[in-house]
Amino acid sequence: MEEQRFTVLDLLDLDLKEQNALGLRCIGGRKGLPREITVPDLNRPGLALSGFFESFAWQRIQIFGRGENAFIKKLEDENRIDSFEKLFSYPIPACIFTHNLAPGRNFFRLAEAADCPILQTDLSSSEFTSRVLRVLADIFAPKASLHGVLVEVYGIGILLVGDSGVGKSETALELIERGHRLVADDVVDIRCVNGSILMGQGANKVIGHHMEIRGLGIINVTHLFGVGAIRDKKQIQLVCTLEEWDPDKVYDRIGTEERTTEILGVRIPELVIPVKPGRNIPIIVETAAMNERLKKMGYHSAKEFNQNILRWLESENARAAYFNRDEYL
Amino acid sequence: MTERNVTIKNRAGIHARPAALIVQTSSKFASRIWLEKGEDKINAKSIMGIITLGASFGTPIRILAEGADEEEAAAAIERLFESRFEEE
Repeated sequence: MEEQRFTVLDLLDLDLKEQNALGLRCIGGRKGLPREITVPDLNRPGLALSGFFESFAWQRIQIFGRGENAFIKKLEDENRIDSFEKLFSYPIPACIFTHNLAPGRNFFRLAEAADCPILQTDLSSSEFTSRVLRVLADIFAPKASLHGVLVEVYGIGILLVGDSGVGKSETALELIERGHRLVADDVVDIRCVNGSILMGQGANKVIGHHMEIRGLGIINVTHLFGVGAIRDKKQIQLVCTLEEWDPDKVYDRIGTEERTTEILGVRIPELVIPVKPGRNIPIIVETAAMNERLKKMGYHSAKEFNQNILRWLESENARAAYFNRDEYL
Repeated sequence: MTERNVTIKNRAGIHARPAALIVQTSSKFASRIWLEKGEDKINAKSIMGIITLGASFGTPIRILAEGADEEEAAAAIERLFESRFEEE
């Protein structure tokens, strides 16, 4: 996947809802808006303002809260603006003022001269920091694009993969018909959030929730099955690999050994489901989802079953030993 | 019809894993294969059947095979029992 530049303008343009909104607007240095944000991190430039520039994290967005702004005011009043000049000699991506604060005249003038955008938000520093870090983590998360279908079955995000023509879309269609949800068909964009969670969504909002079914062509799932049948994004919790039944291959018959597959460095449970005429794949996928939920609740069907068998066989052993001794007595 | 007599040599008896091994092995042959424990006779290609047999350590089992490759099939199953299902 091609790397996209993420600029300050993109940050301003982000369409975020209520509790995620950043409330940003540009109050100066507009010419610098195409500056790229390269690091998903922030810096409070208190030390820099006081003139200490060793290890100054200039690559990061600089956050000015009440403290920094008061300090800027004090420096402006005392006409000690050399630290501002030094600050803007670095190609800072953007300066963001929280609490709807605005810096003094000299700071503005130097920012304009250096083409450094000055943004303002009505949020408090801590709230803005946590929101913007969340947003940046999302944008800078490792990404991958996989060929497959992502569905939500009983609340479990299942990625159906396999060669084309094996019946991924048909399986998904049957699952939707049975009241489950489609997240993405054909191309699934995956982001690794927090290093351990895989979020999947459709590659394109325009294409989203359309499916190609052989013999039918393109269908619109939202219109056919209603909004209840779709979902924008979902964590991937299980991978089901569909493949043509190979008579020489050994398929898992017990399920005590857990197979996993790796996507973006995260291990996800994987099931290999052989496809053969007469096998109802949607029902198998549905059962796999419920079994996965049971496992999450701490009940592992296959392991529990085997433990019961072992206990039973042991009691048989004990009985046999006891009776044998009886015979000898 | 080929017949072999074996006893279970692994301590745990036939639990899920050995049962799966028996099914995998017997499924490779075209012959019909059965396991017999006392009065009970079950199909060696059915995993649940083998487990239900409840064959614990020291139990005598009779392997029966019938079909074109019955000799090889019986021998292969016998080898599994002799190798303690690759356990211990």
